Amino acid sequence: MKTGFSVFAAAFIALGLSWCGLVYAPIQQLGGTKQTVVLQSSDKWPMQRTGDATLGLQVYRANACAACHTVQIRQTGVVHTLSITDLGVHKAVDFKAFMTSLMAVPELMKCSNSIVGSLNQWNGSVPKLLFSGEESAMVSMLGDKLKAVGVKTEARVETTGADIARGWGLRQSVAADYLYDTPVQLGSLRAGPDLANLGVRAPDVNWQLQHLYAPRSVVKSSTMPAFRYLFSVRKVGAQPAPDALALSKAFAPSAGFEVVPTAEARQLAAYLTSLKANVPLYEAPFTPITATK
Amino acid sequence: MNPTENNTVCPNELDASCRVPLLALFGGAAMWLVLSLALGLAAVMTFHQPDLFADCSFLTYGRAQAAANDLLLYGFTIPAALGVMLWIFSRLSQAPLALPMVPVVAANLWHLGVLIGTVAILIGESTGHPWLEYPRAAAVLLFAAFMLIAVTAVATFGARLNRELYPSHWFLFAALLWFAWSYSTANLFLVSHQPPRGVVQAVIGWWLANNLLFVWLALVGIGIAFYFLPKIAGQPLASSGYTLFGFLTLMFFGTWCGIPQGAPVPAWLPTVSAFGALLSVIPVIALGIVAKKTVCGAKVSCLGGTFCFMKFGVLSFVVSSLLYVSEFCPRYSRVLDFTWFNFGVTQWQLLGFATMILCGAIYEILPRVMARDLPFPKLAKLNFFLIAGGTLLFVIPLLIGGLEQGIKLRGANIPFADASAVALKFLRISTTGQLLVLLGALCLLLNVLVMTMQWKLGLVKSVIAAVTAPLKTPEVKS
Repeated sequence: MKTGFSVFAAAFIALGLSWCGLVYAPIQQLGGTKQTVVLQSSDKWPMQRTGDATLGLQVYRANACAACHTVQIRQTGVVHTLSITDLGVHKAVDFKAFMTSLMAVPELMKCSNSIVGSLNQWNGSVPKLLFSGEESAMVSMLGDKLKAVGVKTEARVETTGADIARGWGLRQSVAADYLYDTPVQLGSLRAGPDLANLGVRAPDVNWQLQHLYAPRSVVKSSTMPAFRYLFSVRKVGAQPAPDALALSKAFAPSAGFEVVPTAEARQLAAYLTSLKANVPLYEAPFTPITATK
Repeated sequence: MNPTENNTVCPNELDASCRVPLLALFGGAAMWLVLSLALGLAAVMTFHQPDLFADCSFLTYGRAQAAANDLLLYGFTIPAALGVMLWIFSRLSQAPLALPMVPVVAANLWHLGVLIGTVAILIGESTGHPWLEYPRAAAVLLFAAFMLIAVTAVATFGARLNRELYPSHWFLFAALLWFAWSYSTANLFLVSHQPPRGVVQAVIGWWLANNLLFVWLALVGIGIAFYFLPKIAGQPLASSGYTLFGFLTLMFFGTWCGIPQGAPVPAWLPTVSAFGALLSVIPVIALGIVAKKTVCGAKVSCLGGTFCFMKFGVLSFVVSSLLYVSEFCPRYSRVLDFTWFNFGVTQWQLLGFATMILCGAIYEILPRVMARDLPFPKLAKLNFFLIAGGTLLFVIPLLIGGLEQGIKLRGANIPFADASAVALKFLRISTTGQLLVLLGALCLLLNVLVMTMQWKLGLVKSVIAAVTAPLKTPEVKS
């Protein structure tokens, strides 16, 4: 590094390379993304939000909700399962014997212990989980063999991971989910729960509004700050306002007053209930991927 | 190799040329630092008393925290670093600051931009992209101001008497390009009428955050530390070769970090980041070794002096960078992502590393450029202990709490409220640290402000003296 030019050139090349890799390439790859199709359906994904929900995204941004909430489900992997739904004409004992004989097939041998083992105590009640593992090939082969002898089975793809076990979502979030968000606010801290699937967990707009006004009135252990400034407290007129919040005693304003959400609060609630990531996509498949055979 | 300043020019002359620009940069920076820490403290109060700001929209947690973060980076770190950079360039060049009025104008533009941006965040007009919350009006001002200061810096750099470059030159010169490019790119793409579609926005945001918080801070902080450490220790910089190696690897590898491992983007992006993060360990260790060897055996007592600030800063650089890099290890990120851990690491980078080194440099530079002693030298020493202790007390509970929170979040059977509660316990401890850091920042502000007042009073006095001085009446020859 003898001259200013060589320092400049080194810095230029270093930052230029990462610009190409982490700015230009993602724009080329993802910048032209269009709606995709939901797996095994003709529905488009994602759907454009309603007007109120689109404005609600801006309320979410203005109040920096993303400081404490993520909108992103993580998943560790998928498990393929095969369950028996109908034994057909067979009896459970015969079926067990058939399965034992089937285990001689070389491809099925490696999971013979788990399958035969699971059938030991089985009395013939359906549905019965027969196989669960990471190889999808095993499921389809086993399904085909059983279909040939008239046994009906159901194959499923199930997602795994702590977020999914918590009920925060059905599958991992993928790039397509954020197509209509500007700005995209993924969040980087879970001081509060993830919201990617909130619209499915808590679809009631009134619940959302009440939760925004007084979080602890609906969730006792909540640490969320109240957003009272999104509501107006006013005197009850000749008749109570139809959209006044139905609050419990401890959280209600003094008698003769009612709490009415402002337009911003309603938009935010519309946005929160519009947050759904509950359909299977090509890059994030989950049950049901194959119909009953 | 020591900074080769073969006193051909009187240092007083160099320092005097930096006086007004540096006062403009440091004065505002010190004020923003205090405001940032105060806002951060106000923000965290929400976790002590959730309904504290329920009726006050502009202090709601998300807004106050975003404003505090941006004030720390854009309000304090960057202008302070630019001021120190100008002075170091002038010293290394043995030339007075070129175009000294330009950085004065730029400093005021910069502070105006920060003011606009902060107000915008607090009234809910932020852009929504982390570390890029300032809206367009503020971003344009900041960029223009930066480019003006860069012009002065480059002109001073070009006027150097000794053509050979010192390692600090490399780091600081590269930092000029680094900020200009990454900040303009991010703004042009994200704060425009037609931002790229979908999740690309987040990718560009992460790229910017990494380039500012990891690479830029490292370039500036290490560049400054490698100027002061050899001077104060009275020993040459340990190894120019190692430093060059660290400099190049920092730029080429460090810039690839930034994409979180669980991000909903094509898998190659996080993978590249993980690889970049792994390789970034090399420059961090290399630069740490150079600093260690440079100060090793130096017989300088420090007791809260600039030497202490610098040593603590470099140590923080090594530790916080290693923690930062570990966030991108896929195995750890599954636990650490979405917890207070990442917040803690960022605060360590900004407070323990950047703020520490900059405060040390300001205390060293100010008395020289003002040609007078610090008004409160004891507060300067106290500043070191308050910020060092405060940062550790602030950050370490967040790291431990974040780790516990992450482990609990991984267990699907543990209720979410339990995971939050354990993190909250640690967060509340860390507030004490935040308070200490704020007190430390007040020491800096007091020193800078009083010094500015004294200087201004001096100016006024000299003007009054000039006006009231008896006019010399020419002798009349009779």
